[in-house]
Amino acid sequence: MTNQKINNTSKIEHLISTDDLNQESIIKIFDMAESFFKIGQRDIKKVPLLRGKTVCNLFFENSTRTRTTFEIAAKRLSADVINLDIPTSSQSKGESIFDMVDNLIAMGTDIFVIRHPEAGIPNQIAQHVPSHIHVINGGDGSNAHPTQGLLDAFTIRKYKKDFSDLRVAIVGDIQHSRVAKSEINVLSTLGVKEIRVIGPNSLMPENIDQLNVKVFHTMEEGLRDVDIVMMLRIQKERMSNDTIPSEYEYFKSFGLNRNRLKIAKDDALVLHPGPINRGVEIESEVADGKQSAILNQVKYGIAIKMAVMVMMVGKK
Amino acid sequence: MNLPEPNLLIDKIFEKISSKIDQDTCIIGIPSGGSLIVDELKKKIQEPINYGLIDASFYRDDLEISGIKLKQKTTSINFDVDKKKIILIDDVFFTGRTIRAAINEIFDFGRPKEIQLYVLIDRKGNELPIQPNYSGIEIDIPKNIFISLDKEDGNLIFNTTKIDDKPKNK
Repeated sequence: MTNQKINNTSKIEHLISTDDLNQESIIKIFDMAESFFKIGQRDIKKVPLLRGKTVCNLFFENSTRTRTTFEIAAKRLSADVINLDIPTSSQSKGESIFDMVDNLIAMGTDIFVIRHPEAGIPNQIAQHVPSHIHVINGGDGSNAHPTQGLLDAFTIRKYKKDFSDLRVAIVGDIQHSRVAKSEINVLSTLGVKEIRVIGPNSLMPENIDQLNVKVFHTMEEGLRDVDIVMMLRIQKERMSNDTIPSEYEYFKSFGLNRNRLKIAKDDALVLHPGPINRGVEIESEVADGKQSAILNQVKYGIAIKMAVMVMMVGKK
Repeated sequence: MNLPEPNLLIDKIFEKISSKIDQDTCIIGIPSGGSLIVDELKKKIQEPINYGLIDASFYRDDLEISGIKLKQKTTSINFDVDKKKIILIDDVFFTGRTIRAAINEIFDFGRPKEIQLYVLIDRKGNELPIQPNYSGIEIDIPKNIFISLDKEDGNLIFNTTKIDDKPKNK
């Protein structure tokens, strides 16, 4: 995890999935984010890199953190920002999503950040737009959330020395989690020693065998000797009623509390993409405790988003 | 092309600035060449003054032409620049665009009393109304020759590259 020098100019056309990124590109994004993180610590948290550019946050699904951090990232780069929150139900007013995108391009949008409950929509939009327009996937259905996967790994790099020494456990709703998929992907690419997933059978995806992870069904087994505990939010909105018995039962089996955290290594780091369901997947004392990096994830996330946007606009 | 020993030019810069240094002086280098010079000046300057780095990559005017270029050493100014006398140090002055960007960035940290620019080589190619207060040597060479100060095996040397085969990160 040394700070490798970026040897040539980097260019990202669209960021749809972390599958598109090899180890070298991820390290470049991280190195770039390192510089942008320092800007967040200055009195004037703004640089003129994207002056005159317009970033459109097109969100067809609720989001606080992702949308806000993309907005802050764009504003710190001096871009103009348009935020559109569009409930999918109101899309049936006759305007297709492509027409909407075309209109926003006509209004001068350069970068779209798109969140949609349906997997694949950001990719379809990326295929649709002209080559000077860039698309970032801000989360599509249960498919991918690339900036979250990147910022989680970047957070780990800030605390731990070497990815190849790490055991990482991802806990909770793997099946519905686009975050888990992007995390697994980025961490595999970065060469972590072992990725574990912990959760009930009902929350494991069918293709779990193909993901190169070790599956555990109890916290007591799965957390042993891990360096990183990545908790996931229980996604009630994507579950049918019988997927988990009750929040109380879930917390009893898979919630992260102080005693369970002791099973992991003494210096294990706790991550959560937010929003936290306190008392459902994580106990408050752990979420707010010394080993938690949850709020730092948010800060590092802004730097990652700045890096990605700059690498899109740079060099035509 | 025969260029002087970098250390001789650094000595000349030291001679020029040593009489100016007081408690309000701070020295800021532009990576990578400028920070190599600042490393040498630190060994010579006795007074306890503040040193910093300014990598103006985020303030440049050519993002869409050249892309973002990150240097290994990035901006680091861990002191208050308000009312300070800043001596800005770079290896080569050419068009003035880097200096324009660096000055903009410095002003995002505060309002210095003055900024002076000291360079080893002035290529006399300024495209903006900006020029160094002092240069160790003035040279006039074709535009497509790129000069940089580098450290190789512990020694400072000038490298020249034809712009066609100029390394992209320079």
